[in-house]
Amino acid sequence: MSEFFAMGGYAVYVWTSYALTAVVLIGLGVSSWRRLRGLEADLAAFEREDAP
Amino acid sequence: MNWHRFASPSNFKRLSARIFPWAAGGAALCLGYGLYQALFVSPPDYQQGQSVRIMYIHVPAAWMAMFVYANLAFAGAATLVWRHPLAEVAGRAIAPVGAAFTFLCLATGSLWGKPMWGTWWEWDARLTSVLILFFVYLAYMALNNAFDDATRGARASAVLALVGAVNLPIIKFSVDWWNTLHQPASVMRLDGPAIHPSMLWPLLAMAVGYTLLFVVLALVRIQAELIERRLGALVQARLSAGHAQ
Repeated sequence: MSEFFAMGGYAVYVWTSYALTAVVLIGLGVSSWRRLRGLEADLAAFEREDAP
Repeated sequence: MNWHRFASPSNFKRLSARIFPWAAGGAALCLGYGLYQALFVSPPDYQQGQSVRIMYIHVPAAWMAMFVYANLAFAGAATLVWRHPLAEVAGRAIAPVGAAFTFLCLATGSLWGKPMWGTWWEWDARLTSVLILFFVYLAYMALNNAFDDATRGARASAVLALVGAVNLPIIKFSVDWWNTLHQPASVMRLDGPAIHPSMLWPLLAMAVGYTLLFVVLALVRIQAELIERRLGALVQARLSAGHAQ
């Protein structure tokens, strides 16, 4: 297992690449999803207020 | 097919709800399979050793950087030629996704270049043209945001997206036109891929996974932009109604 993590001596480069990719893509997904949810809630609140 | 139908938020939401589960499920499957293959099953390279595993996230990121930009240019054309409201929103929604893929391409390339080439960065044609692509994405986002009127911002940035599209063939053929440190194409070649199936299949799985992930992100972000526009219109309507009283 430690051999797997060592990546033949390239551990720093390989795992930094994969970690950076995961952080950026997951971060983009989560922030996009949360923004959509927030805007949906804003719109619902607005339409409730507008309803007579 | 009448594409204008999908421009209305409720229609787009319905279309999106139908595509979303398939795109999200497909992305999870492809990325799960691709990562397993890339990290555990595929062989080390005979020259590059284990560092070749960076390829499975670097190359798809590079393809997506260009694929998303092609979409951005197409949305720009639809914005300018057909004045399509969904195209305006789509460009604004996908530009940050393309910028993120381009950043990942540059960063993972740098992390692969250091052990293999002995340098983090080299001003060769491929690397430089991709760096320019990244800056064009940033300029697009800045220009799109620079106007109070969303439609004016969309049209100005659409022109930039179309002009910037000349960069796509330059990136693709940079490795043939100039002597670059970057290697030439080994998958998208006229005479077929020059890469062993044990590496090609994991790479293609990752590429399909990245593409489906882009679809998921685009659906979510376009919906958010449509709602934001609708909110803006509602606020405007309320303000003008308040003035009338």
